[in-house]
Amino acid sequence: MLLKKITAAVALATLATTAFAQVKVGVITSATGPIALVGIPQKNTVPLMPKKVGDLTIEYISLDDASDSTASVTAVKKLISENNVDAIIGPSGSPNAMGAIGFVAEAGVPLLAPVGTAAVVLPMTEQKKWVFKTTQNDDIIAKALVEHMAKNGVKSLGLFGTGDPYGENWSKVMTALAEKNGIQIVANEKFQRNDTSVTGQTLKIIGAKPDAVLIAAPGSSAVLPQTSLFDRGYKGKYYQTHGAALDDFLKLGGKKVEGTILAASLMLVLDEIPDSNPAKKVAAEYMGAYEKMYGNKPATFGANVYDAGLLLQKAIPIAEKKGKPGTKEFRAALRDALEQTKELVGAQGVYNMTPEDHSGFDERGREMITVKNGAWALLK
Amino acid sequence: MDLQIALILGQDGVTNGAIYALLALSILLVFTVTRVLLIPLGEFVSFGALTMAAVQSGTPNSIVWLVAGLAVVEAALDLRVRLRSPSRRGIPLSMVLKVAYAFALVVLMYQLPLADLPMAAQVLLTLAVVVPLGPQMYRLFFQPIANAPSLVLLIVSIAVHVAMVGVGLLLFGPSGAQTKPFSEAGFELGPLMINSQSLWVIAMSLALIIILYQFFERTIYGKALRATAINRVGSQLMGISPVFAGRASFLLASFIGTLSGVMVAPITTIYFDSGFIISLKGFVGAIIGGLASYPLAAVGAVLVGLLEAFSSFWASTYKEVIVFTLIIPFLLWRSLTSRHVEEEE
Repeated sequence: MLLKKITAAVALATLATTAFAQVKVGVITSATGPIALVGIPQKNTVPLMPKKVGDLTIEYISLDDASDSTASVTAVKKLISENNVDAIIGPSGSPNAMGAIGFVAEAGVPLLAPVGTAAVVLPMTEQKKWVFKTTQNDDIIAKALVEHMAKNGVKSLGLFGTGDPYGENWSKVMTALAEKNGIQIVANEKFQRNDTSVTGQTLKIIGAKPDAVLIAAPGSSAVLPQTSLFDRGYKGKYYQTHGAALDDFLKLGGKKVEGTILAASLMLVLDEIPDSNPAKKVAAEYMGAYEKMYGNKPATFGANVYDAGLLLQKAIPIAEKKGKPGTKEFRAALRDALEQTKELVGAQGVYNMTPEDHSGFDERGREMITVKNGAWALLK
Repeated sequence: MDLQIALILGQDGVTNGAIYALLALSILLVFTVTRVLLIPLGEFVSFGALTMAAVQSGTPNSIVWLVAGLAVVEAALDLRVRLRSPSRRGIPLSMVLKVAYAFALVVLMYQLPLADLPMAAQVLLTLAVVVPLGPQMYRLFFQPIANAPSLVLLIVSIAVHVAMVGVGLLLFGPSGAQTKPFSEAGFELGPLMINSQSLWVIAMSLALIIILYQFFERTIYGKALRATAINRVGSQLMGISPVFAGRASFLLASFIGTLSGVMVAPITTIYFDSGFIISLKGFVGAIIGGLASYPLAAVGAVLVGLLEAFSSFWASTYKEVIVFTLIIPFLLWRSLTSRHVEEEE
């Protein structure tokens, strides 16, 4: 046993001296626990990310936080103090990422968060300077939805969201946007992911008679409110957020979600996207590689981590000029380089970071999508 | 709010309440017989629902391997105990049968045309697969520490729950599932449209409660369980095996839990971790019954269902808070009015 350990140590030591200089990137995902649905495709994406930039190799250290915020913080601390990482991708959950901000800022390690809530980068503060977000901000998606509503004569809207940061942020964003566009919000109901019934909220929304209903819920929990409204005979328009952009939504909803309108990443309707969209090629490459490795299509959550890898790939060579990987100077330079990312094409859209906007998406990061004959289709 | 809305909410509340009532009864049964607060009860609900969904979609689920694996471990443990005692030798038939049963399930799961089976056969198969987990759980985790203080039992119970949730994720994956309703029919009753699934749930819950009542009042096994619940040592002196009582109560609990899962799966989307919150509401009902009275627990659970339905209409944001806050006044009332009994250690 001891002999084995010694041999391994010697082997490692020789490797370390002969190998190229190395960049270490920590990846924290929630591959188990309540948000495993988000975390699993993210964890699976790690082996697909760039392994080499110039003559630097990138080593990914992947940890699981079991969807627990405390475990995320422990993982962040471990990556910083033990592994001396140059950047961290993760964690999967919004509250988990919020908890990690203070620690990465203190240690000066860039954090690329693939989370839904815009609160990790907005409003920009001294601490959040270190955080970059690889998902579309809610308001970019919301603007697209509200524009569509205004164009189609929707005057009153019912909101039906989860009672968690995802649903809360949507109700905040929508309240402001709807008012600007002359849409009145007549009902704002909340439910929990594990609810066995949402009849009460459904009746209240139907009672308020809105022209359209927007359901803001992450993952397959977006199905129950819509089927419940459908069963109770609600005849208005149904809108969903990018949280529902999963094939499970179609599978669970069946005929009852036909005609739903949502704005989400182009990955859902890749075949219909014109080749002129630069993100199409990257997305197709990513999805092809993922499918080859795991035999199924990745959920859009996986692309959030993939894009983080692409952002790093672009920023690392620039940072390398300022310092050696593993030093404080390199990490600071990496942060500056990430902030100056211009026109980087990812799997979900085009990133243009600025000191104020650490998410960097514009309208190229979303497509209007509808459900047609039980499949996603581009809304024309 | 008019009468129609109140009726719809009432129907919804009673449907959910019926499920909570069944779970409250199982929690109560297991607690009085074995002093174990059965926190993993919810896992039977979600395992039942998800196995049913897997069967309906025609994909064999590896949960049968879990049952088979646990059966082998169980047999190995039993065998070791047997070999150590000098008087008895050889392998008893019951042990062979148990392992054979588990592997027969594996064969059935992979050989039957799952999706084409009639609904009743699918339900039976689901029950046959998930229910044995209950007695297995008792044998492996609780029987060796049957005499430990109840705090230790509670801690083990929580540990088993956490482990089972993890196993659930491994077996069923992170996405939720919903099953087909038992029948698509709906009935109009005045202004109220009742869907048949709610009727199924309420009817089956009532039937189960009546059967359980008859079982406890009329059969020798039921009476044995009641005796154990009333006085553990006394019943043991009368020749009732505590191991039998423990296994039987876990069997009943896993049966009720699994059946609840099968009944609730057509109404809502069930995830690998959904069961916990559902059984927790049953637990609130059981608390209202003071963890002692069956009728009070059932009434309490229906009350929880109704409260949940109405608060989701009036104040959906605070629904969960309202339901779980209910436990505080009842605990206060209970501890003020009832005589405090020190636990016998």
